[in-house]
Amino acid sequence: MAGTPDDRNGSARREGAVTTDTTLPAAAVDENVREADERKWTPRKIALWAAIALLGGVAWFMLAIIRGETVNAIWFVFASVCTYLIAYRFYSKVIERYITRPDDRRATPAEYKADGKDYVRTDRNVLFGHHFAAIAGAGPLVGPVLAAQMGYLPGTIWIIIGVVLAGAVQDYLVMFFSMRRGGRSLGQMAREELGVVGGTAALIATLLIMVIIVAILALVVVNALGESPWGVFSVGMTIPIALFMGVYLRYLRPGKIMEVSIIGFVLLMAAIIGGGIVAETSWGAEIFTLDRVTIAWGIIIYGFIAAILPVWLLLAPRDYLSTFMKIGVIVMLAVAIIVVRPEITVPAFSEFASRDNGPVFPGALFPFLFVTIACGALSGFHALISSGTTPKLVEKERQTRFIGYGGMLMESFVAIMALVAAISIDRGLYFAMNSPAALTGGTVETAATWVNSLGLAGVNISPELLSQTAANVGEESIVSRTGGAPTLALGLAHIMQQFIGGTAMMAFWYHFAIMFEALFILTAVDAGTRVARFMLQDSIGNFIPKFKAHSWRPGAWLCTAIMVGAWGAVLLMGVTDPLGGINTLFPLFGIANQLLAAIALSVCLAIVAKRGTFKWLWIVALPLAFAAVVTITASFQKIFSPTPAVGYFANNAAFSNALADGKTEFGTAKTVAAMEAVVRNTAIQGWLSVIFVVLSIIVIATAVLATIRAFRSHAAGTPVTDTEDPARPSRVFAPAGLIPTPAERQLLAEWEKVPAERRFERAGHH
Amino acid sequence: MSAGLTALSSGFRGFARYLGGLLGADAYTKYLEHHRASGHQEPPLTEREFWRDRTDRQDANPQGRCC
Repeated sequence: MAGTPDDRNGSARREGAVTTDTTLPAAAVDENVREADERKWTPRKIALWAAIALLGGVAWFMLAIIRGETVNAIWFVFASVCTYLIAYRFYSKVIERYITRPDDRRATPAEYKADGKDYVRTDRNVLFGHHFAAIAGAGPLVGPVLAAQMGYLPGTIWIIIGVVLAGAVQDYLVMFFSMRRGGRSLGQMAREELGVVGGTAALIATLLIMVIIVAILALVVVNALGESPWGVFSVGMTIPIALFMGVYLRYLRPGKIMEVSIIGFVLLMAAIIGGGIVAETSWGAEIFTLDRVTIAWGIIIYGFIAAILPVWLLLAPRDYLSTFMKIGVIVMLAVAIIVVRPEITVPAFSEFASRDNGPVFPGALFPFLFVTIACGALSGFHALISSGTTPKLVEKERQTRFIGYGGMLMESFVAIMALVAAISIDRGLYFAMNSPAALTGGTVETAATWVNSLGLAGVNISPELLSQTAANVGEESIVSRTGGAPTLALGLAHIMQQFIGGTAMMAFWYHFAIMFEALFILTAVDAGTRVARFMLQDSIGNFIPKFKAHSWRPGAWLCTAIMVGAWGAVLLMGVTDPLGGINTLFPLFGIANQLLAAIALSVCLAIVAKRGTFKWLWIVALPLAFAAVVTITASFQKIFSPTPAVGYFANNAAFSNALADGKTEFGTAKTVAAMEAVVRNTAIQGWLSVIFVVLSIIVIATAVLATIRAFRSHAAGTPVTDTEDPARPSRVFAPAGLIPTPAERQLLAEWEKVPAERRFERAGHH
Repeated sequence: MSAGLTALSSGFRGFARYLGGLLGADAYTKYLEHHRASGHQEPPLTEREFWRDRTDRQDANPQGRCC
């Protein structure tokens, strides 16, 4: 392809710079036709959007203004879906028109770098599902559950408004800019746009953030499986099932992915049902009832082995299972909520919304609600997926709006459904499950007494309800099952049993939910460890070149061990924390995730500024400013707050003083060893917060500097260096969104007439 | 066969194809298509070789999975 007259350098990337092959039909719908089509408001179109707006308005009114005894879950569905539709149709179009300015006459990396393997043009609807499966995991299922402590409304508003103005904007922009750069990763873009200092800070921050995220996801699994023989058995069985699938695909029937996924799914269901039977037997209960420390060690050892085993054996097959389950579960949850339409009794704002001593997570609504719900509203981790993998598969530039912005809206919807599932259970049960054992006392009697003593409106729970619910879901106890996953599982079981099976099926649905959450998390743990290991190897490789060779076993093993050791240490710290674990560590997860978002948005800010788009810079600056304010405030409170429940160092000082005074128990720590553990944990958590916030401030500052520099040179008329790949003419066409427009259909029909051998790019490029 | 049943089966087949695309089951077909279209002289990888190569490349370029 090199040498065609159209193969110009970057300086000519403005609209109209690419001339496509005139013997082929157009590679893009004519600009004027598309424009006219979009601006033409037929009565039907007006009626449709008026109806969507009206329905959304009514739904928001029901959720936010009406204060009845209960609110129906269907309003959550209408409020979110109508808002998403309006945001997608109008706000993302603004971003497309003024910021990204896609040009379908330009070939995407999947076309000009096509190799049939990594760079492959992929149907937009398939890629949408593919991208969604890569970004959505356990995160949107956990955060909203914990945030329900404050009532349903703060979380609902943040999930819906947050995704529209922040999360989806980040995903879309990162994907688009990475696509324009041949699918470069966020780290590479940060280095190019922000220079060595900003780029290095971004790299270190990303690495640390991955460690924290993997550790806390693992903590969620540990908490869900602790003292649960059924859960341990069925989740444990996923490993032999995946190994079997791996061998089947490698040696027996290569490439039969659908077939093996269905076999795997059937085996998975058998493992869930079998788990119930095994947990009933005395030997099963004895072998599989494990305490949380043992499970944590199990996951650490598993994480190390999984990360050094070849991908085909464990990771790839489990990824198929996980994707299969993800789509199934989400469709199932949506159908169940729409069919069952549970009545929600949780208040819009709970008693804890105006206090900072909630038992589920400490801290005031601002900023801690906004870090507790990260995935689903704004998740920095997505920037790592949106750059790199998906951009190499996009067929046409205009499709990034559908895949990037639309994919994130879909994740937000998952978060809303998780919230609905969590708040559909009794509020007393919610607090008994999600408060640390240090508060509930761990038994049904003490938990019931403690929950009733909170003085929450309408909450009066009996020990019998707690033991009956545990029996219904096939668990020994549900008291202090923190981490969000068990609550979601209970909520899902509660909704699903009204749909299929009744109470008798509750235990199955509960363990089904635990299973898929564990499956998502274990995949994220493996993949996260692998990615982090490569990043570490590359970083060390700058000093000791040998480490750059990824196939060098000792280096790979050493770096894997370092990464597993790092997240393993944080995991063990959370599991043994006398204060509870999830409530002290989860804020760190949210802060880490959103700092990554701030980094990604900083890179986008610099790029948008360098493209000379100053008038619409606020579209990027707004979510960046919000993420920066939220995370920096949260970090500062975690570092400097004098309230021990909120501030790590305040807690550290309180326990150190108690130790110095010779006390043998203090607060919820009942032994000297426990008190020493608190001192150690709070110091580590505190210093991690310091490092995160310093690194992020460096990245944001370098981005702002780059933006100002771009503004100055723009004002002075000097050209800004452009880091995009050169524009190349496209020789294919595909519609931009889910449903092709009439103009797109017409063009598609023209392309149908072109003989097949003329349609695709011919050889000569390798 | 009635028209309804035909529609149902074609709908189901479309769904299965979509799910297959999502899981990447059609990767080999797409590779062959690319190989043909780009006019390489050497023969394409066999199905077994292709899938081996694919997972081996994933070993060298890990892809993140999100939370």
